[in-house]
Amino acid sequence: MSLHILTKRIGAIEFGVLDPDTIRRMSVTAIITADTYDEDGMPIRSGLMDRRLGTVEPGVRCETCGNPVGLCPGHFGHIELARPVIHVGFVKIIHQLLRATCRNCGRLLLPQSEIEKYKERMKRYEKRWYALSLKLAEVILKKAMDNPECPHCHAKQYKIKFEKPTMFFEEREEGLVRLTPSDVRSRLEKIPDEDLWLIGINPKTARPEWFVLTVLPVPPICVRPSITLESGVRSEDDLTHKLVDIIRINERLRENIEAGAPQLIIDDLWELLQYHVTTYFDNEVPGIPPAKHRSGRPLRTLAQRLKGKEGRFRGNLSGKRVDFSARTVISPDPCLSINEVGVPIDVAKILTVPERVTEWNIEEMRRLVINGPDKYPGANYIVRPDGKRIDLRFPKDRRTLAEQLKPGYIVERHLKDGDIVLFNRQPSLHRMSMMAHKVRVLPYRTFRLNLCVCPPYNADFDGDEMNLHVPQSEEARAEARILMLVQEHILSPRYGGPIMGAIHDYITAAYLLTLKSVLLTREQVAQLLVVGEYRGELPEPAIKKPIELWTGKQVFSVFLPKDMNFSLRASICMKCDQCLREECPYDAYVMVREGKLLLGVIDKASIGAEKTDSILHYIVKNYGTDKGREFMDTCFKMLLYFLDRHGFTMGLESLDIPKDVIEEIKEVFRKAEAKVNALIEDYLKGRLEPQPGKTLEETLEVKIIEVLNEVRDQAGKIACRHMRLDNEVLVMTQTGARGNIINVTQMCACLGQQHLRGERIHRGYHGRPLPHFKQGDLGVRARGFVFSSFKRGLTPVEFFFHAMTGREGLVDTAVRTSQSGYMQRRLINALQDLRVEYDGTVRTADNIIVQFRYGEDGVDPAKSYHGRPVNLDFIINKALEVE
Amino acid sequence: MNNGENKLSKEIIMKEVEKLKDIGLPEALVEEVKAKLADVKLTKRQLDFILSEIVKEYYASQVEPGEAVGTVAAQSIGEPSTQMTLRTFHYAGVREFNITLGLPRLIEIVDARRTPSTPMMTIYLDEEHRHSRDKALEVARRIEYTAIENVARSIEIDINTFSIVIELDPELLSNKGLTIDHVVKALQRLKGEIHIEDNRIIFIPSGVTDIFKLQKLRDRILGLKLKGIKNIRRVLVKEESGEYILVTEGSNLAAVLTVEGVDPTRTTTNNIHEIAEVLGIEAARNAIIQEMMNVLREQGLEVDIRHIMLVADMMTLTGRVRQIGRHGVSGEKPSVLARAAFEVTVKHLLEAAVRGEVDNLKGVAENVIVGSNLIPLGTGMVNLLMYPTAIRRENENEAGG
Repeated sequence: MSLHILTKRIGAIEFGVLDPDTIRRMSVTAIITADTYDEDGMPIRSGLMDRRLGTVEPGVRCETCGNPVGLCPGHFGHIELARPVIHVGFVKIIHQLLRATCRNCGRLLLPQSEIEKYKERMKRYEKRWYALSLKLAEVILKKAMDNPECPHCHAKQYKIKFEKPTMFFEEREEGLVRLTPSDVRSRLEKIPDEDLWLIGINPKTARPEWFVLTVLPVPPICVRPSITLESGVRSEDDLTHKLVDIIRINERLRENIEAGAPQLIIDDLWELLQYHVTTYFDNEVPGIPPAKHRSGRPLRTLAQRLKGKEGRFRGNLSGKRVDFSARTVISPDPCLSINEVGVPIDVAKILTVPERVTEWNIEEMRRLVINGPDKYPGANYIVRPDGKRIDLRFPKDRRTLAEQLKPGYIVERHLKDGDIVLFNRQPSLHRMSMMAHKVRVLPYRTFRLNLCVCPPYNADFDGDEMNLHVPQSEEARAEARILMLVQEHILSPRYGGPIMGAIHDYITAAYLLTLKSVLLTREQVAQLLVVGEYRGELPEPAIKKPIELWTGKQVFSVFLPKDMNFSLRASICMKCDQCLREECPYDAYVMVREGKLLLGVIDKASIGAEKTDSILHYIVKNYGTDKGREFMDTCFKMLLYFLDRHGFTMGLESLDIPKDVIEEIKEVFRKAEAKVNALIEDYLKGRLEPQPGKTLEETLEVKIIEVLNEVRDQAGKIACRHMRLDNEVLVMTQTGARGNIINVTQMCACLGQQHLRGERIHRGYHGRPLPHFKQGDLGVRARGFVFSSFKRGLTPVEFFFHAMTGREGLVDTAVRTSQSGYMQRRLINALQDLRVEYDGTVRTADNIIVQFRYGEDGVDPAKSYHGRPVNLDFIINKALEVE
Repeated sequence: MNNGENKLSKEIIMKEVEKLKDIGLPEALVEEVKAKLADVKLTKRQLDFILSEIVKEYYASQVEPGEAVGTVAAQSIGEPSTQMTLRTFHYAGVREFNITLGLPRLIEIVDARRTPSTPMMTIYLDEEHRHSRDKALEVARRIEYTAIENVARSIEIDINTFSIVIELDPELLSNKGLTIDHVVKALQRLKGEIHIEDNRIIFIPSGVTDIFKLQKLRDRILGLKLKGIKNIRRVLVKEESGEYILVTEGSNLAAVLTVEGVDPTRTTTNNIHEIAEVLGIEAARNAIIQEMMNVLREQGLEVDIRHIMLVADMMTLTGRVRQIGRHGVSGEKPSVLARAAFEVTVKHLLEAAVRGEVDNLKGVAENVIVGSNLIPLGTGMVNLLMYPTAIRRENENEAGG
């Protein structure tokens, strides 16, 4: 098998400017005709589609190298320009050079003594301080520019005027004199090498006269392939179009010169040639109209091909399209492990893994080959040791192929359970956006994933799609399995805590299970534990008579490590002034002793995602990622099963509040409105005192907003106070499963003030947001306060105000994502080369030390306890328990 | 628990803990251990257990060589920034002031802008002034930039006499601790006669005959400095943890530090360049860390300080404050390809050609571009050194022996 082992590696890339000689030497032919094809559709010799420039049609061998399509690298041609033209990319440097060198002798316009001095310095800097040598070159150039007299030959110097994009003039006594590209070129030729070196130009790779082109390289056809449309019409690449223009004008110019045409005509053509060559390099040069396609679309020439997000660099070199990938909609599956991903069988039949045939798997591989590409555990290709690929779609008799299989062959078999794949959701903002999963081939057509991995991917199931990649080499698979597997990323490097964990229903379920009042029969407990894959003894029942009953806490405890000791405050903690700890009336003090949950309810603070110092965090940190994964796979699955059986529904009646409470809330509204009206009254009568640094109007607004914000909070509090503790809405908000107090308030009490750019809504009509109000009405209703709740429904005016704020939110998000995206791109680009060396220092790519010790203490945040290297409390408590 | 073994005295515990420093544990951690163990009674065995656990966990938490700490830091700051509010303005502790926070402020910091959009200083006072509001106010008056417009009720042009009439507000004057004399003194810097009638000052400029010039002069008089420090537009006295501090709108660190009554050791500004100039690059690094942490904390986002340190170090390592972007860190990379892949592709390529630059392909971006199999980070950083000749010799020796 000819495994392509890299024997050569690119060591470095040197940049330079092509000189005319090289251009001619690397050219296979001069291009002289602007036509591309003859009537028969054959490429014209010495035309732009000359067969010697390489081949792009399948089945045709290249006339120069004799290779077929895939192997011929393409060959350059060249155009001899009738008159030199300036390369747009270099005009700035040409301008500087003209100003800094003598028009007569070509030397730098600095006295010899100074030149010697700088040479000395340059020599010193160049070796060790590259950046400094660049700065010095800049200084020298600046100093040499615009000297009125040459210190070497004492010739008088004139001012050089530059006119965009490519024209140079000299301001002589007799007036402005145009410097033709030929003049420019002959001046640049005179500059000696030593002087160039001083101003940061490497004469070996870039003689300045090469900045003025006398011969133009013509790129191979594979750089500018033509497209044949279905109708048979050939459509040429933009570059070819541009080259046709250049050749046409070039030929015309040559003919005119040879015919001895008047200077005026020659100059016009010369300028036209300059325009075409300029736009050939860069079609977005300021100062000239961009060259257009016949349809009016600007041509995409050389510079445009490289530039920007879809350009060669960012679009093709830094990021590439890949094979062995799949994308489809995702959906949840709590029965999978967090390490797994459910792959649709149709996808599994297309994505393949190359597997080498050995004595030990040959039977298996034969079976796969016989199954072929359409029957599930099958294979799509066989690769023979000589490198030949056999496509299993076509041969009828796969049995013989299977028989021919020998150790050393490679079978590209279908994806199967246990294969490692990379799973990704965009935007890939952090490393947890691409993790390795183990494959579970499943029916239906969506990727399936465990709900605990939603937070790191930031995924939900409202139509999200995700990507899947299959690593093809053993090294890649090993790295994926060891470094990228989901369980290795439970702890986030951002803050040193778990980013995965229970969300939504998991938390509700945990709370409902671990309530003090939960008692379960043997049957129920057994059922739960089976779902949780527990295979041990049942714990001692909490109540033995008249029937055996277990508490929910006992069931939960089964999944905790046996020697675990831990305590924390639950999410439902009321933040009392004096914490009663073990005596907490709300059962919010969670205590685990010897792996038994003795006190407290389990909620977000204990097992939630993105919660630090939780039970989950403790388990992952102290018992390893395997144990952490197991906990999430077993216990969490059990929790959902419990919730299924228990039942949990939030309905409209969950938001019901008694009539008298509604009255109470209305009273709050009345009072607030009166208060606001009083403020407005004060303002109108001039009794309001302005706050320092604010106008009277601003002061009024601030005070009104203060009052109104208070209203919503109060209304919410009153409403919540009258809800029973087992209210589904309250259960969810208190435990941290979903929603917050504001959501509850808005659903059952009132929406509150609608803000636009941090102010009450006031824009729209003159002096009023909507024509339903009087001009200058500053009252609560006229400025976007919504008294209704979502449950009661909004009035049309309120609805409109609410829609206004809703839209603002959408716009905000859109703006924010682009801004933060760009910030992140810059951060990544600035920091991506940094790494920790073996000596503990942090260094850049060229070994510059950034930190002597990473983070001053060398601690990896991902391996820390919430940023601290050691959790002293745990250790001390452990020590005290030991004795 | 207490099964006969003697409890150790505090001194012995501290001495044992102190030894942790010798095996390379950071001082801050050792101090933390000391504080924790100060009131705990321990036996020798318990102490040994604690200390060995600490050392074990500390070493387990160390970064591994090759870790791509830069990328992780960038992601750790970038990822939560998507969740930030765009609401720029927020209270700065004092409700009269609004300062830029959230994503715009974060961008401002990594951009290393010359001046922040809302410059602000927090001025701490020395022992003498920090305990009373009056004393603090006294310092505040010295700092706040006061121009004539801040103390005048009106400033009008009298076209008849070609003069400018300034009517002062005595209340404002005394509020700022000024008298009419101060105003007169300021006016004396201009050419012209000055007449005083109670609270009115009539200024007859000499040699002004043109209305427009008079208008211009009026504007100049409006901004004439009476006292205070340039750029400090407003000063507020605020009580914070038992002492009075000043919060200012506008910033001028160098000048404020010299003001009497200011505690120069604690006074800060949110203008990072100013800190770099006045207090040096190390101080600027700390300021970047502080400012970024503040923004993130205020938004309720948790990011480990080590990530931010790395960004701050990268920005300041050359001795100047560099921007994270094309005019700073990214623009000064030695690799042509890395720069071209970031922004302004064509310009970088052309310049590299002129200079004859060589890209040694040491960074991540370059290696991705040329398609090399190993990126010089993490598992790609490992090199295998092998001396084929030495191995051959060894094999021969074995065969011979």
